[in-house]
Amino acid sequence: MVSASNVVKFFGKKKVVQDVSIRIEKGKITSLIGPNGAGKSTLLSIVSRLITSDEGEVKIDELDIAKCRGNELAKKISILKQANHMTLKLTVRELVSFGRFPYSQGKLTAEDERYVDEAISYMQLADLEDSYLDELSGGQKQRAFLAMVIAQDTEYILLDEPLNNLDMKHAVQMMKVLRRLVDELGKTVVIVIHDINFASCYSDNIIAMKNGRVVREGTVHDIIKPCVLKEIYDMDINIEDINENKICVYYA
Amino acid sequence: MKHKVILTVLGICAVALIAIYMTIASGGNWDYILPRRGMKVLAMVITASTIGISTIIFQTMTNNRILTPSIMGMDSLYMLLQTALIFIVGSGSALIMNRNLNFVVSVVLMMVFALLLYKLLFRKEGANLFFLLLLGLIFGTFFSSISTFMQVLIDPNEFLMIQDRMFASFNNVSSDLVWVALACIALTVIWVWKDLKYLDVLSLGRDQAVNLGVDYERVVRKLFLVTAVFVAISTALVGPILFLGLLVANVTYEVMKTYRHTYLMAASALIGIIAVVGGQLLVERVFSFTTTLSVIVNFIGGVYFLYLLLRERS
Repeated sequence: MVSASNVVKFFGKKKVVQDVSIRIEKGKITSLIGPNGAGKSTLLSIVSRLITSDEGEVKIDELDIAKCRGNELAKKISILKQANHMTLKLTVRELVSFGRFPYSQGKLTAEDERYVDEAISYMQLADLEDSYLDELSGGQKQRAFLAMVIAQDTEYILLDEPLNNLDMKHAVQMMKVLRRLVDELGKTVVIVIHDINFASCYSDNIIAMKNGRVVREGTVHDIIKPCVLKEIYDMDINIEDINENKICVYYA
Repeated sequence: MKHKVILTVLGICAVALIAIYMTIASGGNWDYILPRRGMKVLAMVITASTIGISTIIFQTMTNNRILTPSIMGMDSLYMLLQTALIFIVGSGSALIMNRNLNFVVSVVLMMVFALLLYKLLFRKEGANLFFLLLLGLIFGTFFSSISTFMQVLIDPNEFLMIQDRMFASFNNVSSDLVWVALACIALTVIWVWKDLKYLDVLSLGRDQAVNLGVDYERVVRKLFLVTAVFVAISTALVGPILFLGLLVANVTYEVMKTYRHTYLMAASALIGIIAVVGGQLLVERVFSFTTTLSVIVNFIGGVYFLYLLLRERS
């Protein structure tokens, strides 16, 4: 289980994360939602130790991330940020192989190669494994990065807006893959996501943030309600039941 | 496989150039020529490979292919130091005349400046490349303006001393210093050896490096110190020659086309050696010392960059 307690982060004088405590359930997809500037991405970066918090602590399976060795954590938790612009000229396979670095420190063993093969076929990238990343479309590139995270074989996978710049088809594919990672491989996935309908259809739990604080957390059924969403987004949102999914209608 | 072939070809070129340099126009006076030229070759190999490797490491850490220690103003700092010493204490002082003392002072001062740079470069998450470039230009211009100011004020005879230091020269490198430099570099390499494997991951950027379990702050601090030692020692040994870094690093990326630093660093050392020994051969045998190494390397480098630009456009 991942837990953060009393986390505070300042950017300059502005408190972007204010005294946040969350617990992330194992074997579930947890979505972090909320308006722009709510501190979702910052919180995700703190949990994944990309930035350090000013106060509070984060524990992953009872390991304090401030004290644990980086290499040990890299076998437990991985993060994929939204901006993955890459100056290097890498093939898909080379990128995915980087995912094995925590285990092999750069010298791939036969077992590492097997993980890389599996990750590539899991993301259906076998045809593209020798293509260069800059030749791929946005959706393919996103899949390649996710394959790298899968090769890293961590129990916890954190993704910052994984649907950014993806069209509908690829967005649905991406969410289905995340669902499979949880259901088939038993991973724990945390995503920062803006599209609340994707959050509603695919996640188990939702944590809603606003102005640097957690305003609500609970299961999808607890959160996807007009009164709760009104509190989070300050707008009236109708919710329709379509094919057993709760769909939020807020376009007009 | 392909990379090993290229490395072998580069290695053969480097060795061939060194062999030519050692034996050309010897006049049969081997006992005199071999030790003298050997020492020069050793100095050239040390400077060329440290400059090549340190530039590659520096560019990987800052995730760009434009910034080099030279662009950040290290060369100009060296010139400022030499000018200031002559301006303040005079050319007769031990700080100038005693080459060993001058070496130590130069190395220490350049290390201090490098560490200040480090603070600036890694002060906060995601420092802006253009800001750093501008900063480097300002440092460089600032240092050379102060140097020029002092140079016009001093006695013309003293100015000759400075002029002697303005250009990198392998002609009168003291052999004591070559051994000291070699020892320092060897110690540095041993110290950093285990952390070199992180370079490939560092080239993915900070976030990915942290994600893959690299202790980023520690590794970057250590690698930065290594570049600082390399840059300071090579400059203090032969004079300002860091312009070579940008050329060597970019030719290396062009030739090797890989992200693997084992190959990149080996290739950059060899390309550096080819450039310096080849350039020095031209200076000594074709131009009979009427020009300097920096002029030749910059000329060839400039032509090569033009060729790259034209090829990109077509």
